[in-house]
Amino acid sequence: MSDDLTERDVTPGGDVAVPGPEGHRRLEVVEVREGMFGTHGTGDTSGFGGLVRPVEMPSPSERPYGGWFDEVVDVLIEVLDAQEPGLAARAIEAVVVDRGELTLHVVREHVRDVCQALRDDQDLRFELSLGVSGVHFPHAVDRELHAVYHLTSITHGRSLRLDVAVPDADPHIPSTVAVYPTNDWHERETWDFFGIIFDGHPALARIEMPDDWPGHPQRKDYPLGGIEVEYKGATIPAPDTRRSYS
Amino acid sequence: MSTSTQRPYATPPASSPYAEQDTPTFEAYGGDWSEIAEEAARLGEERIVVNMGPQHPSTHGVLRLMLEIDGETVTEARAGIGYLHTGIEKNMEFRTWTQGVTFCTRMDYLAPFFQEAAFCLGVEKLLDITDDVPERASVIRVLLMELNRVSSHLIALGTGGNEMGATTIMTTAFTAREEILKIFEAITGLRMNHGFIRPGGVPQDTPPGIVDDVRKALKLVRHYLGQLSDLMLANPIFKGRLVGVGHLSLAACMGLGMTGPVLRSAGLPYDVRKAKPYSGYETYDFEVPVLQGADSYDRVVLRIEECYQSMKIVEQTLERLEATAGQPVMVADKKIAWPAQLAVGADGQGNSFEHIREIMGTSMESLIHHFKLVTEGFRVPAGQVWQSVEAPRGELGVHLVSDGGTRPYRAHFRDPSFNNLQAVSMMCEGGQLADVVVAVASLDPVLGGVDR
Repeated sequence: MSDDLTERDVTPGGDVAVPGPEGHRRLEVVEVREGMFGTHGTGDTSGFGGLVRPVEMPSPSERPYGGWFDEVVDVLIEVLDAQEPGLAARAIEAVVVDRGELTLHVVREHVRDVCQALRDDQDLRFELSLGVSGVHFPHAVDRELHAVYHLTSITHGRSLRLDVAVPDADPHIPSTVAVYPTNDWHERETWDFFGIIFDGHPALARIEMPDDWPGHPQRKDYPLGGIEVEYKGATIPAPDTRRSYS
Repeated sequence: MSTSTQRPYATPPASSPYAEQDTPTFEAYGGDWSEIAEEAARLGEERIVVNMGPQHPSTHGVLRLMLEIDGETVTEARAGIGYLHTGIEKNMEFRTWTQGVTFCTRMDYLAPFFQEAAFCLGVEKLLDITDDVPERASVIRVLLMELNRVSSHLIALGTGGNEMGATTIMTTAFTAREEILKIFEAITGLRMNHGFIRPGGVPQDTPPGIVDDVRKALKLVRHYLGQLSDLMLANPIFKGRLVGVGHLSLAACMGLGMTGPVLRSAGLPYDVRKAKPYSGYETYDFEVPVLQGADSYDRVVLRIEECYQSMKIVEQTLERLEATAGQPVMVADKKIAWPAQLAVGADGQGNSFEHIREIMGTSMESLIHHFKLVTEGFRVPAGQVWQSVEAPRGELGVHLVSDGGTRPYRAHFRDPSFNNLQAVSMMCEGGQLADVVVAVASLDPVLGGVDR
């Protein structure tokens, strides 16, 4: 066993995981699952209780990406490098093609440059922003919070996704409202639900929750709440205390 | 009444963001208007901020509009939302993928099938079974969605008319919508919040005789739509209230991410059904109506025209329903399809007699599988997808993230009403107070979808 294998590459049984292609990096470990049937501790008599499986998001793709994806990525790299040599390599962490969709993982410092280039260049023209969504991956160390931007080009009939990851300890992303004014409320919603701070937003106030609400409800560490319901003598537990099979 | 330097709105105005920071403002709750006016006159301050809503009959639910008025002129308008936030997206993370349909259908309650379809198309993309969905299931989905578009537009027209005092428009529109709700009830068992589109298809085939029922309903809806057109389109009072009101240019639409009738009224024929076809829309013959006026009147004309185009699609689906009679309506994979073909029995319960007999009497394995599939659900490979559909109010997008489990890791809905309400400021500022009602009605927001 060579030294560069991390703990995760070896299963508890001692099997070595098949290494990925050259330069393969794992972007996101979403979850680390134990056992097979959703039970933990001594309740699992199946013999699978010791199984540990890290769940990962699709890993970065290799060229060619297929279809118009290569063209868009090439043009974007060209436009960014024309602004400042080497900017594209610094701004775009990874390109993921999965299920026929193109995802660009963008470093947060450059998200506004990337948006500006995607909107303004005539060969890109992603003029319609469909908002910002947030995702919270508590197991992805230093990449816990994600802001996900969906952009559409009406001119060329294309859609892509920008994925910006920030650590929970420093949840700051530059605001894209200056490029896409429509992201105003969407960024407020993502701040409200996930606690991602969009620097430079004109008025980053809560939008769905009351102004004095503590916490950010869509985060995974925020409980769903709920009460037990009694029906015909039986008690049905609250949804977040029921058995989970995941 | 109190004087303070606190700004009465959540977001600063579009121009000169901090120019009026120190302007004193008054806050009055209830009371007599003449007293408030006297007090304002005594203090020598003209600026009056009126809170319209969140409980106001013309705000389509619990929308709060904060209007700064100078006489009858609105100098600033801000929308406040969140009064109907129910945490549907969070709740969906605690249910199986199939149960998610039951939740998301309740977002935009006037257009439930669009949320269901967007969610299910997204789940199918995650599962990579988009091509395995039977044709008949897609035809039924399109039929339901297009009928739903008509019923939703009817509400938009009817409530919009009612808010201006034209009660006949409302009653006619609701009567027409009733015909469509009867069809929904016949097919899904419910008039609203159907939960009928499921990952993999639809749970049940259409009942016998539905094609004739829909044809009859279409005839009636055409009749009522004709009445509505006669009542509205050439009516000088109606035109006086709507023409040129709530103007939003194409540039503003693009900047604010407007889609649907508002964008098309500004001259851009963008429709997701044409741009990114789903459920076989590329095989249907229909047009995307577009106008140039960019005002509330053109949006009314567009909604009526879209109703006719939707009915054109419905007629095509009826032909296909007849051609595909007897074909499956759910994906063949038994792990994804619901184990039983449920039907409402004589006891009012949704049981299938044959299925109960099999799992309770003859096959222990079937019982185990039934139990596991219903309580645990199916697993969806890890990844994220985006799926857009053309909802009546614009582009409805769903962002789904799976962690490989039996529940959505994250389900986010980009509701067109939520996005479009951002335009309230631009559409209302500088106009008359009474025009705010018209402008908001032309956006047709549904607060269930806005707040989710």
